[in-house]
Amino acid sequence: MTDIEINVMEEEDTQKGRYLIFSIDSESYGIEIQYVTEIIGIQTITEVPELPDYIKGITNLRGKIIPVMDVRLRFRKEAKEYNDRTCIIVIDIMGMSVGLIVDGVTEVVTITDISQLPQMNQRNQNRYVKNIGKIGNEVRLLLDCEKLLTDEDIDNLNEVM
Amino acid sequence: MTDFNTNDTMVEMFLFETAQLLEQLEQVILSSDMNNYYSEENINEVFRIMHTIKGSSAMMMYNEISVLSHAIEDLFFYLREENPEQNFCSSLNDLILDCVDFIKVELEKIRNHDDVDGDATNLVNKIKDFLSELKKNSGSNVSNEHYEVEKVNLFKAVIFFEEGCEMENIRAYSVIHNLKKVASKVIYYPQNILDDDGSVEVIRREGFKIHLKTDKTKDEVYNHLMDTVFLRELEFAEIDEETFSEGFDKEVFDYSSSEISLQDANYEEENNNQEGNILHKPDENVKDSQEEEKLHTDMRKINLEEEKKQPNAENHNVMPTQNIISVSVAKLDKLMDLVGELVIAEAMVLQNPDLEGLELDNFQKSARQLSKITDEIQDMVMSVRMIPLSATFQRMNRIVRDMCRKLNKEIQLEIKGEETEVDKNIIERITDPLMHLVRNAVDHGIETADERQLKGKPKHGTITLEAKNVSSDVHIIVRDDGRGLDKNKILRKARQNGLITMDEADMSDSEIYKLVLLPGFSTNENVTEFSGRGVGMDVVAKNIESIGGSISIQSEENKGTQMTLKIPLTLAIIDGMNLKVGKSTFTIPTITIKESFRTNKESIIVDPDGNEMIMVRGECYPIIRLNEFFKVETDVTDISDGIITMVSQDGNAICVFADRLLGQQQVVVKSLPEYIKRFKHIKGIAGCTLLGDGSISLILDIASLIHIK
Repeated sequence: MTDIEINVMEEEDTQKGRYLIFSIDSESYGIEIQYVTEIIGIQTITEVPELPDYIKGITNLRGKIIPVMDVRLRFRKEAKEYNDRTCIIVIDIMGMSVGLIVDGVTEVVTITDISQLPQMNQRNQNRYVKNIGKIGNEVRLLLDCEKLLTDEDIDNLNEVM
Repeated sequence: MTDFNTNDTMVEMFLFETAQLLEQLEQVILSSDMNNYYSEENINEVFRIMHTIKGSSAMMMYNEISVLSHAIEDLFFYLREENPEQNFCSSLNDLILDCVDFIKVELEKIRNHDDVDGDATNLVNKIKDFLSELKKNSGSNVSNEHYEVEKVNLFKAVIFFEEGCEMENIRAYSVIHNLKKVASKVIYYPQNILDDDGSVEVIRREGFKIHLKTDKTKDEVYNHLMDTVFLRELEFAEIDEETFSEGFDKEVFDYSSSEISLQDANYEEENNNQEGNILHKPDENVKDSQEEEKLHTDMRKINLEEEKKQPNAENHNVMPTQNIISVSVAKLDKLMDLVGELVIAEAMVLQNPDLEGLELDNFQKSARQLSKITDEIQDMVMSVRMIPLSATFQRMNRIVRDMCRKLNKEIQLEIKGEETEVDKNIIERITDPLMHLVRNAVDHGIETADERQLKGKPKHGTITLEAKNVSSDVHIIVRDDGRGLDKNKILRKARQNGLITMDEADMSDSEIYKLVLLPGFSTNENVTEFSGRGVGMDVVAKNIESIGGSISIQSEENKGTQMTLKIPLTLAIIDGMNLKVGKSTFTIPTITIKESFRTNKESIIVDPDGNEMIMVRGECYPIIRLNEFFKVETDVTDISDGIITMVSQDGNAICVFADRLLGQQQVVVKSLPEYIKRFKHIKGIAGCTLLGDGSISLILDIASLIHIK
């Protein structure tokens, strides 16, 4: 019993401050590793009508059907053809499993030096980026997974316009 | 039943079995109630069920349940043995159902790990009173005596069979067997008449010696014994208590002091299993009775299965083996996922690019075999989770019966389509709402007999419970032929409670009826025991919505009300036809398909708005091009290149245009992921399903497609 508890604690400990780093174009982004369940290669994706373009559709993850979101399109970047470096990061958040399509996954790192995002004037910018993590001189943009999934209001507004 | 602690498998098993037995018991009682008569079969059935419950609850140390079931067992033992005139049926039914309820409450407590603190003394006393009342009334006190009075007449008999009649031991056994009817206690020598072949010799030489205790007179017993076949000589005399109890110092068995030995004997007979040691002294060996308990439990299980197949069949002659197990749903889910993985892995191997261009006859042969097996596994796993609605529906019988008695109404419950299969999870979650609807129908819907006669309706009210598969839904319909909903009353009430948000004049009938589903609404001024607390329908609506279903209400004054629950069949299996459009696959529930055909441009009619229609056998149907409707890219745009499928639901039909048909298969309907559903309800898509190759197909919602057109 106590062994298990210790294990759980250790596991939590090992996950704390650790981020999965993925790349889109030249930028590196990090998401908290505790949300990540697995990383798979690009799958056959079934399109579902009437959804925003960044939701590419649904895919079959071992019998479980999960939606997949193209993070490039979510960030309003140009669409890019998928290649064998393209990955789907499966995250489990708020009781839902969602796949995130990214250009590539680079590493898992521990980031302790985290600072707030500088205040920007432009609206709507960086709304998915929670913090900035620094590893030496390099900067990683740490994403807010929940916002990534839930922040639709502005999109809907844009759709109407 | 799936969510309690799996550690305590014994308790779990006990709960599961007892709950099933109780359900069966209810069925028996209700069927007896309907006939107002307990057939011999039913009495035996109740007896056996109570006997099993008594044993298992005693073993689990639930004393109140055990004492109570023992009392019922006694009562039915009396009924079985004495077969008194049955003018007590309905009061007995009430009593037994009360007991069933008591045990159910106790089971619920056990399940929730609460203290099992119910007190059955009251019920036990009631049963005992009932039994003594019966005994008094039956006027057969004389024949009862041997149950109450131990010592009456004692006799000794020595039987010699005719020489050369053979099988003396079997004959001796049948003598003992027959004596059972007249004697309360029999001892005999030689004892091992069936097991020991040597006994034949002993009987030939010394005769078959019997001591018996009975309430019959000497002549009666003598005549009885004289009836024995191949009887050569009979020595018969009265003896005293001392000689009797000395006996032959051999095995004693006693018919009256305990039912267990009798039960055992009968049970063995039914199995045509003439074992020599069947008649053992009761309470002599605890282990024996436990084994017997187990045997009974097993028997019950088989009976359960048998009854499902042939409800009226006699099912006593089944050998006891265990062939039902209970499995947690979580394990099934896991299994299902694994099978999905297996199918994908199979496809990856069989369609591996490395194999391209190779001539592999043997490989292909084995591959086909493998595919066949995986297909079967998939079908099997899918069907395991599905259970028919019949058990849920049958429960309603009880509710209707109870309420009819309390409310003094006469109502018949008709059940249709109970074989419709629904996922277990869904069944669990619709039971309560369904119960509520049935209660409402009995309480508010159906009028009293007098009122009905005044209106010129048959005295019997009818409530129909119906289930059917309608494309992607299961519809469960509760229909009554009662007074119907009173629109004005609903409006008045809604106005009082401030529930009306739009202009009353603009409201359609169904919108008015929908008001009933709002929180804080109850039309019945008199709150009864069963319904009308104003918390009813909105809870029903919420429960149904929580599983993605909906309720619709139709009603006609004085004709009746119909409530339709549309339950999505998440995980329910449907037959589907797969269509290809571009790279996408769509599935249409086969039940909605009327026909598929090819056509040419000439038969298409286009209206000024660009809507296409087609004339088939003099009827005009709108066409939906799936590629346009769902914005799927495809090369097939010419109407003559693709295929048209005519689908219909609720009497409306449309034609669906797709590239080609892929074929028909059974599919498991899955709902779209939660995340996607949060965006919006996607029109025309009911859910999705996994195809054999692991790809996903979208299931069309025919009803909404028709609605859109």
